[in-house]
Amino acid sequence: MNEKVLTQNFGLDHLFRIEVYLEQGGYRAAKKALTEWKPEQVLEEVKKASLRGRGGAGFSAGLKWGFVPKKTDKPKYLCVNADEGEPGTFKDRYILSHNPHLLIEGIVIASYAVGIHDAYVYIRGEYEVIALRLEQAIAEAYGQGYLGKNILGSGFDLDLYVHRGAGAYICGEETALLESLEGKRGNPRLKPPFPASVGLFQNPTVINNVETLANVPFIILNGAAWFLAKGLPNDGGTRIFGVSGAVNKPGIYELPVGTSLREIIFTHAGGLKPGRKLKAVIPGGMSSPILKAEEIDIKMDVDSVAAAGSMMGSAAIIVIDDRTPILEVLKKVAKFYAHESCGQCTPCRLGTNWILKIVKRMAEGKGEQGDADSLLRLAANIKGRTLCPMGDAAAMPVFSIAKKFKEELEASLKVKT
Amino acid sequence: MSREFTPALKERIEGVLAHYPNKQAGLLPVLRLVQSEKGFISAEDERIVAVLLGLRPIKVREVVTFYTLFARKPLGKFHIQVCSNLSCSLSGGEKILEHLKARLGIRIGQTTPDGKYTLTEVECLGACEQAPCMMVNFDYYGNLDPEKIDRILEGLK
Ligand SMILES: Cc1cc2nc3c(=O)[nH]c(=O)nc-3n(C[C@H](O)[C@H](O)[C@H](O)COP(=O)(O)O)c2cc1C
Ligand code: SF4
Ligand code: FES
Repeated sequence: MNEKVLTQNFGLDHLFRIEVYLEQGGYRAAKKALTEWKPEQVLEEVKKASLRGRGGAGFSAGLKWGFVPKKTDKPKYLCVNADEGEPGTFKDRYILSHNPHLLIEGIVIASYAVGIHDAYVYIRGEYEVIALRLEQAIAEAYGQGYLGKNILGSGFDLDLYVHRGAGAYICGEETALLESLEGKRGNPRLKPPFPASVGLFQNPTVINNVETLANVPFIILNGAAWFLAKGLPNDGGTRIFGVSGAVNKPGIYELPVGTSLREIIFTHAGGLKPGRKLKAVIPGGMSSPILKAEEIDIKMDVDSVAAAGSMMGSAAIIVIDDRTPILEVLKKVAKFYAHESCGQCTPCRLGTNWILKIVKRMAEGKGEQGDADSLLRLAANIKGRTLCPMGDAAAMPVFSIAKKFKEELEASLKVKT
Repeated sequence: MSREFTPALKERIEGVLAHYPNKQAGLLPVLRLVQSEKGFISAEDERIVAVLLGLRPIKVREVVTFYTLFARKPLGKFHIQVCSNLSCSLSGGEKILEHLKARLGIRIGQTTPDGKYTLTEVECLGACEQAPCMMVNFDYYGNLDPEKIDRILEGLK
């Protein structure tokens, strides 16, 4: 049985208004957590639920919260990552626009668990209409006592503010996001120290994705065991898969963690257009390594996708059919990362541009023998040699395409010369 | 036209700054306010913002040039941003750009001589399920084809 959790009420009119959200039982979880549970109990329950980050890295939310020092004189912060810049990803937009109060409720509970009194939502600048809606929801929540001082009479205070980005993919990377929130260029920071100890304004900070936090109210209401039963023992709950590209029904599909990639593409997203065949799939946003058509019988959970040599990432599935030359895909990938590199480290700044140069000349029919090997070598030289994970994000898709589709790339050289 | 900030803009800036523990953190939202009031961020505006926030002017310049949504010269009345990333191009995004270029008679990055339209090519807009898609100012338009674009342009006021 496939029951939706996060998206269950998305069909309701005006769910983004607090009255409608409350009618659906909204803020009951916050009430339960803040008035009946101690912060440590909330933290324990989320740990037990194996809620893994929905933003990209798939790290356990409970563990991450646990890294923040309990006793400290410094203020602690929560930064919600609503930057949603990974190409192929659009799921957070649905949560933010359909059910902003669910996110706010998750923020309240998470902040209570960690002892945070100041939270920011970092939202990408293009989401103007959605940000206004979120601001309206926040105002409603303040008005009804779910934010601000002494929330629900619990003695717990929380302020929440929306901070708009201004167009830079790298600001989705958590330390670049912090820099951007501090009013600077989005240059990622060297880790360690990790944000849990030295984050926003040098203070302990939790950074979580929108979808990660939206799960929290359900864990509190229904318990960790219920959440685990929805997904897998080490990766609980459902995921909102965003499917785009060459399918009949692109869109979001909320399904249990561990649903097969084939099932998502062919059953839920309606398969491919008549007469077309599957060529490849990018399973977790553009930075995840590509899978060939015969590699899609895998479960979609963080560990299984990693075992298959790719990455669950943001669960953004991009479907490529047999009419698309792989060089077209490679061109988009190369252009994107060359454009978005922040330029701080040489391997990423130069490497992505060298890759782009080679791919461009291949696309113009001026490719040279050995170009595919050069791509492999360049990508391998970026990977693991940069300050932030964007270097890997740029290298992995190029490497996987050049390796798995080497024959096609080399054949295209021969035809044109 | 004087580029001094109006009292109303200064008041909005103060309102934004109240949400941060230091003034520099308000830089992005403040620049955004300036751009929404003036249409773009001039060198003079950068200097005024630097003074207001107690920053060296170079710090403001660094930020204005880093982020793609900050405009350093006037944009057309309608800023058309077309996504050319993967999901959109898999669904015919290239054709959309070509059509807009031909119809507006400008290249990517240019503004029509009457100041009405600016055409920009952008990376993923986070609406890949509606590919190919574009934004006009802050509104999203998806599942585009040339005819639909013509209808949208005719409806812009
Ligand atoms: C280049 C780059 C871009 C990223 N973009 C996003 C993003 O747009 N949204 C997001 O939630 N996480 C993004 N991440 C992941 C974040 O760094 C971070 O892991 C995440 O926000 C943590 O939240 P989670 O544990 O709840 O997933 C990005 C990472 C990298 C390296
Ligand atoms: S890896 Fe790339 S994006 Fe990350 S810090 Fe280095 S240059 Fe910047
Ligand atoms: S690829 Fe065009 S909106 Fe995402």
